[in-house]
Amino acid sequence: MTALGYNFGYLDENTKRMIRRALLKAVAVPGHQVPFGAREMPLPYGWGTGGIAVTASVIGAGDRLKVIDQGADDTTNAVSIRRFFAKVAGVETTERTGEATIIQTRHRIPETGLREGQILVYQVPMPEPLFRLEPRVAETRRMHALADYGLMHVKLYEDIARHGHVAISYNYPVLVGGRYLMSPSPIPAFDNPKMDRMPALQLFGAGREKRIYAVPPYTSVKSLDFEDHPFRPVRADAPCALCGSRESYLDEVVVDDKGGRMFVCSDTDYCNTRQAAREAAE
Amino acid sequence: MNGLTPGFADPVPDAQACFRALLDAMARPGRVQRLAALPEAPAPLAPAAAAVLLTLADAETPVWTDAGPAAEEWLRFHAGCPLVAEPGSAGFLLAAGGLPTLTALEAGTEEEPHRSATLIVQVAGLEPGEGWRLTGPGIEREHRLQVEGLPRGFLADWASNGARFPRGIDLMLCAGNRLVALPRTTRIEEAG
Ligand SMILES: [Zn+2]
Repeated sequence: MTALGYNFGYLDENTKRMIRRALLKAVAVPGHQVPFGAREMPLPYGWGTGGIAVTASVIGAGDRLKVIDQGADDTTNAVSIRRFFAKVAGVETTERTGEATIIQTRHRIPETGLREGQILVYQVPMPEPLFRLEPRVAETRRMHALADYGLMHVKLYEDIARHGHVAISYNYPVLVGGRYLMSPSPIPAFDNPKMDRMPALQLFGAGREKRIYAVPPYTSVKSLDFEDHPFRPVRADAPCALCGSRESYLDEVVVDDKGGRMFVCSDTDYCNTRQAAREAAE
Repeated sequence: MNGLTPGFADPVPDAQACFRALLDAMARPGRVQRLAALPEAPAPLAPAAAAVLLTLADAETPVWTDAGPAAEEWLRFHAGCPLVAEPGSAGFLLAAGGLPTLTALEAGTEEEPHRSATLIVQVAGLEPGEGWRLTGPGIEREHRLQVEGLPRGFLADWASNGARFPRGIDLMLCAGNRLVALPRTTRIEEAG
């Protein structure tokens, strides 16, 4: 028990064991959604309960945790989750991607390449990639069992027929290990290629649906596409106004009350590091 | 419980440390993990195998073992798990004296491949760097692993296990404080 009377990591040991068993099976069957029957977390859904349940089951006193929300370390949500784990697990926290052992994320993958030994925990609002096309859970389970993903290919092809390209900019569906259709969570499609053969372990937690899934290191993750319409990650065609990056994913932000706008990196750690390096060089 | 040896010295952090080693082992098949926090398990239980069950097994997971009455009593007390006589009805199996028939174990279903057994096998030795060539998810190019103490014919059984993906069992090999995981996705080729 910590000084505050919580069990370490907040969850009780029975719940952790159940989630840990689910995590190991999730790693053994990459991209397959494993149900877990955890009790309610003391947080509203949308707050990242699935990601928090996964992090709480994995984290130990020697870890260093980074939490990002849409790429930023300093949003209310990210700060609250960091404080939560500093309190219930007594772990160190960091904003530096390279220093973190566990990174919990909502809606982005850091720009800095992840390495072996790191764990990326995604907060997932809806784990089922087929739910908009097939609302019946029993039917989507059958489709996953048979790897019958024709419905998704038809949807993408209709997009191409109508718009000339696939009209999905977030949560673009991927095929894991050549077998399972998987929701990458609402990250921008720009981030999808970072998932492919990533050296770090990727874990996904969906709190409301109580599902866990995983992508082991060095596992193939392919965005669905067609030979004549290959997947193309898009980013705003501009450099970051703060650090000048032409590679990073950009957010358009309003800078004054006259409607002035500029593009800046969504990944605050990446952008700050580049700005500091530039100042040091001057 | 007279004469029962202790479980984890500090259960919460020890189980966490063991789980992290297991997660890393499953995510990097064939890499040898050395477990640091080990229980004082009775013979013939290998400390690493006993630690796996203390970390993962509980009242919800039927366990099968051939390790004998002292081991069974120890597991029942420290893990609180029910012990079953039929290998096919176990969620976890701990084989100390030989390999159960892989096809007789729970392999899950096409819709629920996660409802499959995890087989923990005590072997005589685990050495990285030579021996089998392992490929598959979690492995950048190949991992090499020398295992001593598995029966002849294991590789053919393992290939059959992999051929029914996504169904299939997952394997953990233990020797002393060492552990290697082989998820059903790992392909093994004989050294050559
Ligand atoms: Zn920038």
